[in-house]
Amino acid sequence: MRDMVKMVLVIAILSSFSGGLLAGIRIGTKDRIEIQQLEFVKGPAIRAIFEGFDNDPIADRFKLTDNGSDVSFFVGIKNGTPQAVTFESFGKGFGGDIGVMVGVNIDNDSILGVGVTTHSETPGLGSKAKTEPGFRRQFAGLSINDSVNVKSMGGQIDALSGATITSQGVCSAVSASGQMYQRLKKQIIEKVKSFKK
Amino acid sequence: MAKTLVQEFTKGLWDEIPPFRLVLGLCPILAVTKSLENGVGMGLATTFVLVFSNVLVSMLRSLIPSKVRIACFIVIIATFVTVVELLMQAFTYPLFLKLGIFIPLIVVNCIVLGRAEAFASKNGVMKSFADGLGIGIGFTLSLAALGTVREIIGTGTLTLPFLYNIQVMSGSYKPFTFMIEAPGAFICLGLMLCLMNLVPKK
Repeated sequence: MRDMVKMVLVIAILSSFSGGLLAGIRIGTKDRIEIQQLEFVKGPAIRAIFEGFDNDPIADRFKLTDNGSDVSFFVGIKNGTPQAVTFESFGKGFGGDIGVMVGVNIDNDSILGVGVTTHSETPGLGSKAKTEPGFRRQFAGLSINDSVNVKSMGGQIDALSGATITSQGVCSAVSASGQMYQRLKKQIIEKVKSFKK
Repeated sequence: MAKTLVQEFTKGLWDEIPPFRLVLGLCPILAVTKSLENGVGMGLATTFVLVFSNVLVSMLRSLIPSKVRIACFIVIIATFVTVVELLMQAFTYPLFLKLGIFIPLIVVNCIVLGRAEAFASKNGVMKSFADGLGIGIGFTLSLAALGTVREIIGTGTLTLPFLYNIQVMSGSYKPFTFMIEAPGAFICLGLMLCLMNLVPKK
């Protein structure tokens, strides 16, 4: 009996110590991990969209709630005035969800650029959505308020050859981002303006 | 025969160097030594876990009931692995992305549990510290050696950890990509074991 109690006691104390230690370290590193993830996963796409802007979009960010989930928005500032915002939305691709960063010019609601952040598409075919600049460039200048689709479905985007489903996934992510933008437009513009320096 | 602290430390560097003499912990060795950088990163992470789990197990060895000792060791090891995982995410995120699933798998690395069970639970804190450090550094050196050979033959370049790429082979060298695949790892490990066995044991 004494043995049993000792065993349970030792494991319980050990586990609670370990839990406490990990919780402490987790709290201590949380912010840094978030910044690192933004920098290395979303950072390249954000910086490509905001080429020629003056600020660090990863530092100038804010969060809004859309349909119960948090979405991060990154602000682009040019010549001292905040002009654009970029945020991530998701579409169904061939191998799973595709994350697409969409940059929007808030003055005229046009798309500034898009960039793929995370995907699990076929290497060499669907993965070109991330690496092929020509495909991404087709989105620039379109209106964020219109739905976007590939040409074979009556839209305006040339699909990547051999990767129609991936291309549709990117288009649906862009369309979804447009719907989100319309839902949150007032809040977004208010928040973006507050970054004015 | 009682060994001195220095002997406990140096045995991990040659006599009991983990992957070659003990032939333990092969899963991470074969999987992550595609490049020198990955190998060193994995080795340092394992060393950190080894040293701290050895010290803690040795400190608590009289308190831990022998019937549940393995469970206690796993709790201790898993804690330090999670610490390493969080720290790597916070400070060396690109390396964390490359090593991925193999960091949490250090928990079930038989070198770590093996040292806790075979050494730290029977020896004092200082000796366990020396043992953990020695075995850890030996493990890191082995991973670095394997990573270097595989990366040079497999890609023709060498990524120095945290620095830059250097071209080792001349430009006309055609990379022998077999070496950075899994079978190349087995063959490379086997050949290195052969070479080590050429050196006679005392």
